[in-house]
Amino acid sequence: MRPTFSIIFFTVVSGAGYGLWLLVGLAHALVWPGCMLDPATGTVDVQVSVCRMPSTLTLAWAAGFLLVSAGLLSSLAHLGQPRRAWRALSQWRSSWLSREGIAALLAYVPATGLFLIWLGQQSPGHLVPALILENETLVRVTGALLAAASVVTVFCTANIYACLKPIRAWHNRLVVPAHLAFAALSGMLLLWALAALPRWDLMPAAQETVWSVLLPFAVIVLAVISAAIKLAYWKQIDRPSGLRTAHAIGLDALGNVRSFEQPHTQENYLTHEMGFRIARKHSRKLRMICLLAGFATPAILALLALLLPALGAFAAWLALLAGMSGIFLERWLFFAEARHAVMLYYAAHGD
Amino acid sequence: MTSLPAATTRKLGLVIDLDTCVGCHACAVACKEWNDGGSFGPLPDADPYGKEPSGVWFNRVHSYEVAGIENRESGVGEKRERLVSGLAFPTPDSPFPVPEPSARPIPDSPFPIPAHAMSLHFPRSCLHCETPACVTVCPTGASYKRAEDGIVLVDEDKCIGCQLCAWACPYGAREFSAQRGVMQKCTLCVDRIYNETLDEADRQPACVMACPTRARHFGDLGDAQSDVSKLVAERGGYALMPEFGYQPVNRYLPPRPRRDASCAQAQPAVEAIDTAQLSPLLRWVDRVLSR
Repeated sequence: MRPTFSIIFFTVVSGAGYGLWLLVGLAHALVWPGCMLDPATGTVDVQVSVCRMPSTLTLAWAAGFLLVSAGLLSSLAHLGQPRRAWRALSQWRSSWLSREGIAALLAYVPATGLFLIWLGQQSPGHLVPALILENETLVRVTGALLAAASVVTVFCTANIYACLKPIRAWHNRLVVPAHLAFAALSGMLLLWALAALPRWDLMPAAQETVWSVLLPFAVIVLAVISAAIKLAYWKQIDRPSGLRTAHAIGLDALGNVRSFEQPHTQENYLTHEMGFRIARKHSRKLRMICLLAGFATPAILALLALLLPALGAFAAWLALLAGMSGIFLERWLFFAEARHAVMLYYAAHGD
Repeated sequence: MTSLPAATTRKLGLVIDLDTCVGCHACAVACKEWNDGGSFGPLPDADPYGKEPSGVWFNRVHSYEVAGIENRESGVGEKRERLVSGLAFPTPDSPFPVPEPSARPIPDSPFPIPAHAMSLHFPRSCLHCETPACVTVCPTGASYKRAEDGIVLVDEDKCIGCQLCAWACPYGAREFSAQRGVMQKCTLCVDRIYNETLDEADRQPACVMACPTRARHFGDLGDAQSDVSKLVAERGGYALMPEFGYQPVNRYLPPRPRRDASCAQAQPAVEAIDTAQLSPLLRWVDRVLSR
């Protein structure tokens, strides 16, 4: 399958954005209230009876918003008629693409909720009634909804591919777990890198330690899980399907069927879109690069950061760079290595 | 609505005879001609008179060579066994590819393997499946299957050109028009078959009308008494790649055995005669005739 830039960019970047939103949502749902210290006094601000969102999470929310939005806009660039994109929200009963569109838009609702809560925290009592800001349950539920909507959106994206039976490498039970794992990993890499940036608030010392240990540790766990899924996936798609041209035309019994003339002298839409074969020549090396850059490097850097906390910021940003390059390459291979059944008619491969 | 109708009243479709198709591409050309001016809008080509013309065709005619027994038997001893075990043709890169596990052995063949290499022309178009994934994956409702006759269509005013339906079709029935930004496909000439301004005899898809060898037949495959259904029953018509579960409506008729006397399975066995039981005269005749 032809790796189209707009789709690769969309799935990787929006995946990272939803991964980040998943973590922001989980942080609000599980560890709230993570009361920040008053920067002036260095103690818990008792005047403001409201807990503040840690600045790292604020940044993460904003980065998630940018990535998700950029990804969704990029997906529109792939369309032949982008102005009709709103129609894609109508067929959720049968279409994963439609479900994805709806989930993607719904995720903006709790995301906006968290934004309003943050806005309210900046000047308590003015924009958002204190009653809402102090309502811990409401904040937790909003966070949980954002986490859930992020997972559901990535799940739908992955199922767009997983439901396509003619593409054996996509109609595979590991496609959905892989997309979810890569979204979580890229989100975690981003959060780790953002946490290494200077903050404009003070975090209680105990929390600070938890963050600096928890994030690299989570990166290691997710990198290992992602690599394991991808290795198992490659092993599965490397098995020959045994399908041949004779089978595609329904005459397996005739055995040796060879195409001696194409239906047309030029490339057509089908051969252009589904007959992509440039990558396969180097797929082994590219897979190795993907494993090293995408999973091994971030895991090793995270381990380094745990052992030598002074290197934390450097390791985090290097891990993000390597990890995202690896995930981009993974997504490129996901397309480039996938073979479509229609190419059997062109006798282009034995699939 | 991209949800499928529970059942369609009729199952209109094509029956394509691989025995008589001569690969002249008349169906493809007639289809392009009719549909370029049809009610679903034009089928524009990019660079039509230039070096790299490209555009949507609803019909594509492939041409294959079926290896004959002679090809399979000639050469090294091992070659025949490997080729008969069902392999891709030898290529310059790999003269004898490693056998694939699921390759079906030829001895089960319901079709006699031709003595000599045979050409097989294979017109490929939309099969108007009963449960097509191209319809259910459509996010906009532009793709739909008609409940009244089972024709699968694209509403080109609703299509956003996401191309997911083309990915979902293993038969390559859908092609994206880069010029129009929408997906296009065979309409089974829905603007001909119900067209009352045409003579009744002309109310058939353009490809069927154009075929000079009558290799294409149009009718209701849901009605067991229809001419096309009878033809399918008589000739052992089959559906393409049924394992995908999309239940194609169109049927293909397999090539008939070649009238070639050396046809692999039709070859008459030489009957053995016990000459000892014959009278001396007949024994002599047998000896003379056996020379």
